[in-house]
Amino acid sequence: MSARAFASFLAVLAVVGLLTYGLVSKGSSGVSLGEPAPTAVLPRLQGAGSSSLAAYRGSWILVNFWASWCGPCRQEAPALESFQRAHRGRGFTVVGIDTRDLSGDGRDFVREFGLSYPQLRDGDGNAAHEFGTTGVPENFLVDPGGKLRLLLHGPVTDDYLKQYVAPLLPGARS
Amino acid sequence: MKARVFALLVTAVAVIALSAPASAAAAPHRTSLTAIEYEVMCPICGTLLALSDSPQAQREKVFIAGLIAAGKTKAQVKDALVSEYGDTVLALPKGSGFDLSAYLVPVIGFVIATIALAVGVTRWKRAARPPGSGPPGSSGPSPDDAERLNADLARYDL
Repeated sequence: MSARAFASFLAVLAVVGLLTYGLVSKGSSGVSLGEPAPTAVLPRLQGAGSSSLAAYRGSWILVNFWASWCGPCRQEAPALESFQRAHRGRGFTVVGIDTRDLSGDGRDFVREFGLSYPQLRDGDGNAAHEFGTTGVPENFLVDPGGKLRLLLHGPVTDDYLKQYVAPLLPGARS
Repeated sequence: MKARVFALLVTAVAVIALSAPASAAAAPHRTSLTAIEYEVMCPICGTLLALSDSPQAQREKVFIAGLIAAGKTKAQVKDALVSEYGDTVLALPKGSGFDLSAYLVPVIGFVIATIALAVGVTRWKRAARPPGSGPPGSSGPSPDDAERLNADLARYDL
């Protein structure tokens, strides 16, 4: 093989390698039922510091991805707050993740609906991508072991929370 | 030959330098929504902010307009957007670090292509010229060809 042919081969190999890397790095994301939920460290929406979903290990958490500009998120917020008030402190909490949103708008949203559950911020949408969300709102119920038990692509309602989430929580009648 | 290639190179560099955005020299003190919305993305839409009218894009535009009204420069507005949405909000790569390659590679590629073209054209012209022939214009048809040509012309002479 001549030097020129070898150089051409290397160039083609490099291009193919770059294309493959691009495809792999943009590969599918998301988590399926029974799999460990992502535990990215995210800044708090209100106040300083950051937190991770791993910090809630040992409790059931309902991870709610939302954004202030999202209409369905406004519809479900009262149901989430009501459910949180009914079940908090009993091995359960809702964790809101404000995704691809302006932090000021997100804080206004929390004030407007009087949301009392923890709120994290996912400005670049990486956490939402790790969960495999395709929009907002989306909800993921994570068990005390950190595994995904329920997911809902869309807004939750009082009925959904009572019918599917409440029976799984500690103290629920079987 | 070398002088010609050098002249081509100088011309190419001059063209690149002259076509560089004039905005680079302008003072970035005053900016506008229009100037920024073509350089940033609507993160949820995946398009330029200028091309989107989604609710999220509208909020982003309001945010930018507020910063402009507060006297922020284009760079400061972009920094604020990056702190809200991350680097992916920028439609144009940064002019530093690895992102600088996005600007350098096309220029280097253009220069290499120009050099290759100049060398290729020079070689092609040299190869096309028969060995020992004089300068263009001094060589006419051979006597045989001239005789045949005259005969053909006479045949079609009306």
